[in-house]
Amino acid sequence: MSATPAPVPGRSNCLPEVAVELSDVTFGYDQRPVLTGISMTIPQGKVVAIMGGSGCGKTTILRLVGGQLKPRSGRVTVAGESVPDLDRDALYAMRRRFGMLFQFGALFTDMSVYENIAFALREHTDLPEELVRDLVLMKLHAVGLRGAAHLMPSELSGGMARRVALARAIALDPMLVMYDEPFAGLDPISLGVVGQLIRRLNDALGITSIVVTHDVYESLKIVDYLYFVSEGRIVAQGTPAEVRASGDAFVRQFVDGESDGPVPFHYPAAPYRSELFARA
Amino acid sequence: MLSAVANGVADVLRRLGGGAFAAIGRLGYATRFCVAVALETPAAFARLHLTLREIYFSGVLSLIIILVSGLFVGMVLALQGYDVLQRYGADESLGVLVALSLVRELGPVVAGLLFASRAGSAITAEIGLMKATEQLSAMEMMAVDPLARVVAPRFWGGVISMPLLAALFSTMGVFGAYLVGVRLIDIDPGAFWGNMKAAVDFRYDIVNGIIKSFVFGIAVSLIAVFEGYDAKPTAEGVSTATTRTVVESSLAILALDFVLTVFMFRGFT
Repeated sequence: MSATPAPVPGRSNCLPEVAVELSDVTFGYDQRPVLTGISMTIPQGKVVAIMGGSGCGKTTILRLVGGQLKPRSGRVTVAGESVPDLDRDALYAMRRRFGMLFQFGALFTDMSVYENIAFALREHTDLPEELVRDLVLMKLHAVGLRGAAHLMPSELSGGMARRVALARAIALDPMLVMYDEPFAGLDPISLGVVGQLIRRLNDALGITSIVVTHDVYESLKIVDYLYFVSEGRIVAQGTPAEVRASGDAFVRQFVDGESDGPVPFHYPAAPYRSELFARA
Repeated sequence: MLSAVANGVADVLRRLGGGAFAAIGRLGYATRFCVAVALETPAAFARLHLTLREIYFSGVLSLIIILVSGLFVGMVLALQGYDVLQRYGADESLGVLVALSLVRELGPVVAGLLFASRAGSAITAEIGLMKATEQLSAMEMMAVDPLARVVAPRFWGGVISMPLLAALFSTMGVFGAYLVGVRLIDIDPGAFWGNMKAAVDFRYDIVNGIIKSFVFGIAVSLIAVFEGYDAKPTAEGVSTATTRTVVESSLAILALDFVLTVFMFRGFT
């Protein structure tokens, strides 16, 4: 498998400039390590997936890139700027160029769909209300939900909420969009729609996308490159074609959905026999 | 045996020390949070519509419970007060008794307790749920500070609402006492209102009552927004935070009331 993410031919003609780079990043809470020696490069204009089981540290990587967490060691750079070294104003200025889709949308429940999309536009620009309206409708049209502008988040299905969150994430035309488990809990149709939207929007808007997910099947269809994370380390990486052809035990277990393998079925415990007969 | 006792004592001391450190840490965090909210005050008033909206949610929507409670408290005060006063032939001082009790103590304190239960718990639950559903994180990632957009307007909405609610509580209480004392028991209305007007001093009684309710408003609102912001992002965490808001606010109101009364009404001490 490739050591670094090579640009995938046919997807984009952009130069493979680095949008995001993590270099030997280590992070943990108190004594508990979460990430150890993570290094990855995410070229501009690409869709890169970070895959792994639940609790392996995938979302933590997004929070490090977004500056919500600071690494214990190592470098996190976005567009050449070191994120942990930014002061509050500079960090907020950088975040205006980010979009983020949270696991369950994280739509503001006291606002309508329209207000959710308009939120960032009103907070960060002085655009007249007519222009805000047009932009909101354009973003909603891009995700196929222009007709749902008046609905409240509680009236949306899971798939619709995710699409609205996607429209909100691209409201300010970001350079980088981060997706945290965009496929979790979606029916097959919504899953396909969201997957295609991620790819189409990335290509149409010329943005860079990081998709944190454990959905191998959908990811292999839309991403340019994949990183596999297990127990806070990168254990494999490659293009979708390389992943499909990989003989790596972890990748095979993940792709084939095997219940046992490098990721064991059983949580660590005392030997079964000794525990069963301990009382005898 | 001796070493087991020593280990037990060491364990207790360790837990006490750990608890004390945790409490001090939380106090420090709460202090930093207060300072941060204070610094975001201009941002809250720059988004005036948000603060007005919170005044509506904390104040206007608390009106029913405040007005009805004030009415009944005033009516009960009148009944109990009349029962005692008429023994000494001082039943015409009923208006004075009720007005001073309400304006100085019961208005701010009971309105504060009701405000903590009705609005304080709602603020905590709302902010806690926003945290649990990642709405606050989403706001941060959109380069919008939740302290300025969510916390500060709710804090000031509560601070502004509380004195107004306490004033309305006292007003309804006096009206309730009038209904019972004058309409039901047949105390002379001239004596009821006249004695009240003569005995209640604007600066000494009413202004001090307003100051009390303002201080209670700060305490309850601060506790409510802090507990919501600091809640664990789970259903249990939000539930615990809401309970803590009501308990801590109630205790804070009663303790602050004692301290403020000592400083304000020294004539009694």
